[in-house]
Amino acid sequence: MKAIARILLLLWLAASSIATAGELRGTGALGLVIERATGSVLVVDTLARRSLGRVEGLGDLSHASAVFSPDQRYAYVFGRDGGLTKVDLLTVSIAKRIVQAGNAIGGAISDDGALIAVSNYQPGGVRVFAADTLEPVADIAAIGAAGKSSKTVGLVDLPGRRFAFTLYDAGEIWVADLSKPGAPAIEKLTGVGKLPYDGNVTPDGRHYLAGLFGEDGVVHVDTWKAPLKAERILDRYGRGEEGLPVYKMPHLEGWAAAGDRLLLPAVGRHELIAVDTRSFAEVGRVATHGQPVFAVARPDGRHVWVNFAHPKNDTIDVVDVQTLKVVHRFAPGPAVLHLEFTPRGKEVWVSVRDADRIDIYDTATFAKKAEIPAQKPSGIFFTARATRIGQ
Amino acid sequence: MRRPTRSLLWPELVFALVAATAPVLAEEVPNAGKLANLVRQDCGSCHGLTLRGGLGKPLTSENLRIWNREQIVSIILDGVPGTPMPPWRALLSESDARWIAERLQQGNLP
Repeated sequence: MKAIARILLLLWLAASSIATAGELRGTGALGLVIERATGSVLVVDTLARRSLGRVEGLGDLSHASAVFSPDQRYAYVFGRDGGLTKVDLLTVSIAKRIVQAGNAIGGAISDDGALIAVSNYQPGGVRVFAADTLEPVADIAAIGAAGKSSKTVGLVDLPGRRFAFTLYDAGEIWVADLSKPGAPAIEKLTGVGKLPYDGNVTPDGRHYLAGLFGEDGVVHVDTWKAPLKAERILDRYGRGEEGLPVYKMPHLEGWAAAGDRLLLPAVGRHELIAVDTRSFAEVGRVATHGQPVFAVARPDGRHVWVNFAHPKNDTIDVVDVQTLKVVHRFAPGPAVLHLEFTPRGKEVWVSVRDADRIDIYDTATFAKKAEIPAQKPSGIFFTARATRIGQ
Repeated sequence: MRRPTRSLLWPELVFALVAATAPVLAEEVPNAGKLANLVRQDCGSCHGLTLRGGLGKPLTSENLRIWNREQIVSIILDGVPGTPMPPWRALLSESDARWIAERLQQGNLP
């Protein structure tokens, strides 16, 4: 009986590799892996630790990210070439695709799941689309106070159908209220600092932070305050020392908000800076293997996993948030580009680009549980993001 | 941005000359595959995998035509202060940088 059951299970697994919407299944354990060089994505199952199939034809995904519909059926993938692709995770196929700009950097979905906003480099600004049809809803040109168009970065959703984003060239932070989608109400904070390279919001949707590249510091906006105010934190954290070369920009996406501490990548320093989430003052530093790119908190907030910029990008540091010490350092392989925890943090998926592989590790023992082949994998995104503000 | 001082024919002439000697150049740079991968993947983090730009400027031959070879070599090795372009001198030799500059300007990165 046992053997028959096993054969039936194998047959079922084989059949389900071509998933169809007709089958009954949940999507809470699903996710996407970006294959950056081939413009494709893998739909993956985090419980089975395997790929369910590949979706091709998503354009240039050399820089890409994804958000999920509230029902966790659809992923919206933002490509480098301005492509916005709605992927159906159940049918492993493209539900809808548009090319909305010449060069894009990322996007966000509104708290009600109705609007998709995309952050653009070319022509700059933010464009907003209806999540169901991808029809255009609003076009927000990012003309800074100096009258010039700006690339936008650090686009996140805020409660109340709002989006926050940062103007890279102009050095401004804008908060757009899209309660009336056709007529966005925008609050602008000007002169916040030089070359803000990315921004993100705390998991409660309250505090927006933008990292600066052009000077040592971070800009903090408490979105509960009216009117909004940009405040500088971690001012001159480099202590006047000359920065080290930065071979890849840090990303604040998936940043480490762990309990009452945030761990932020320093720019031009091989360090994370720990910030108290009440006072926003520095409470410590962690010396790391290289220039941090992603510092991602395990969902329970006890550990933060960090990857690094070229040429030190074969390594991951695991930092204990209480002691601010590296408790584990290992080298999964060449070009570790991204990592994503399973929803409650039991396992972590790591993309190893130049090994064409995803590695899955147990986060308690650090033992490798599985490998999944993938073509030049970069970003990994699980559907649980649908339930989180700012993701 | 500085304008080129040479004749407009210059890039085409160089292209013709270098194209003729390209196999020799490839032999002189044993790490051509590695270098090309570095340009696409790592320069590509800012300039785009297709080199059509991102946070950094596009690195297509068309866009690089306004710079001369030495300027590009010096930007690669020493970076552009006040911008995110870092100095690559610690990671790349001068001949690596020259090879990259040539290939980018000719638009024939392997």
